[in-house]
Amino acid sequence: MERSSFATRSVQLAFLAVVAGAWFFATETGSVTPLFLPKPASVYVALERLVKTASFWSAVMVTLTTIAKAFAIAIVAGVLAGYAITRSKLATQVIEPVIAGLFTVPITLFFPMFILFFGIGTGSKVAYGATYAFFPIALNTIAAFSNMEERYLRAARSMGAGQFDTFRHVLLPGALPVLITGMRIGFFICFASVLGGETISSVAGIGRNIALAAELMESARMYAWITFVIATSVTLNLLVYSLENHIRSR
Amino acid sequence: MSETAISIRNITQRYGAADESGAVLALDDVSLDIKKGEFLCLLGPSGCGKSTLLNIVGGLFKPTSGTCMVNGRLVDGEPHPDKVAFVFQESTLFPWYTVIENFRIALKFQGIPQAEWDDRAMRALKAVGMASFASHYPEQLSVGMRQRVNMARGICVETDILLMDEPFAALDEQTRMVLGEDLSQLLAATGKTIVFVTHSLAEAVFLSDRIVVMSARPGRIKTIIDVNEPHPRSPDFMLEPRFSELRNECYALLRDEIRATMAAQRDPQPQSAGA
Repeated sequence: MERSSFATRSVQLAFLAVVAGAWFFATETGSVTPLFLPKPASVYVALERLVKTASFWSAVMVTLTTIAKAFAIAIVAGVLAGYAITRSKLATQVIEPVIAGLFTVPITLFFPMFILFFGIGTGSKVAYGATYAFFPIALNTIAAFSNMEERYLRAARSMGAGQFDTFRHVLLPGALPVLITGMRIGFFICFASVLGGETISSVAGIGRNIALAAELMESARMYAWITFVIATSVTLNLLVYSLENHIRSR
Repeated sequence: MSETAISIRNITQRYGAADESGAVLALDDVSLDIKKGEFLCLLGPSGCGKSTLLNIVGGLFKPTSGTCMVNGRLVDGEPHPDKVAFVFQESTLFPWYTVIENFRIALKFQGIPQAEWDDRAMRALKAVGMASFASHYPEQLSVGMRQRVNMARGICVETDILLMDEPFAALDEQTRMVLGEDLSQLLAATGKTIVFVTHSLAEAVFLSDRIVVMSARPGRIKTIIDVNEPHPRSPDFMLEPRFSELRNECYALLRDEIRATMAAQRDPQPQSAGA
């Protein structure tokens, strides 16, 4: 992979160092009040204290479970709906632009409705995350299956392939790269919307704790949570990318 | 006279209803017998229905009317992969499978027991000199190499009949000549019946026992030319005067058809409307 060349990596690390350095100097010189941006050292201490509490891990479990449920629902619904739509050229022409159009609507606007329908518990966040992630997954599924080259299907038919064999050995492997991309986009949208939903209105989870720390003006604690979320997000990102590359390069 | 492998009777193929203005008559009452072990080329201008005819023989399309029998069995818009194999352009190798996996899947689709897959695949790959590339992905090979693999994929299913739809169309001229020689060698040994669609004159003369020259739309059989030359053919055949004569004969037959096709594709010319 060319992008992971030494020079690119160096620039990226240098950028991180600059951000960290700016944070350090801004807080050391006292040009920013600790209420808005606490010192890195105090965030570190707060994080250390945080991970030792049982409530930290239970909040993390609530959020991760919510994300997992929302993502699972989005995959099943998005892939099934997307695949079903591509079985008809007319349906693809009619429904694809509708889904693409709906995806441009900020679904956040309907978040209060989710709370109304599913309550303030995790149910509303599952529904919200699943709804948001459904769109990119469905759209990529449609793209993946409707761009199948006719010549491969004709070749398979001439070899005597039945419907299931054609799906298993031609349609699915041909669609897989785009399908996986849809799932990756869907996953991060799911991750962001569950955390966002928790921050706006919830009773448990990481987002709830961030909102709570902010309300109590415990900035160090809030940044400790945020640092944890960023670290988790970066780790998941790397994991998903390597998984995607692994599947693509088979 | 040897046995008939493929018998085509009064095949007509129409796209769209007969009374519609946009209706196209692709094939008009075509009848043809193809002998067992024969190498037959369908030669004609673009859009003359030669690929359509091949697809009908292979069971990929059902004709509007007429019948096609393969080894005495009626082909009715259903492929018979146990009797007939197709070789399309090299781009029909599945890019998500390696070379050997492409063979396994072809054999699996055809219903061959799994125990035979690798043996058959390697035998076919050796025949085209590509055995050492079995674990490569198609995109890692050159176009010429891919087409050798693709030809081998058509051969490994070991059917009596091979239908080849412009298999060399994407290749440069030198590569297609060399692959044509390889094909002639390879097929002389197997005794397969081959129907080959092309619009290359040299390819048709070099490979065929008989050349079926088709007319521009609606596709009809214009003439059938016999090439009396034993297989396998050496490249020297191309240097013989007879080769050029046959090639010129084909060209003379096709020239009017190509003009007719082109005339139908451009603005009407008012001054020529007199007669």
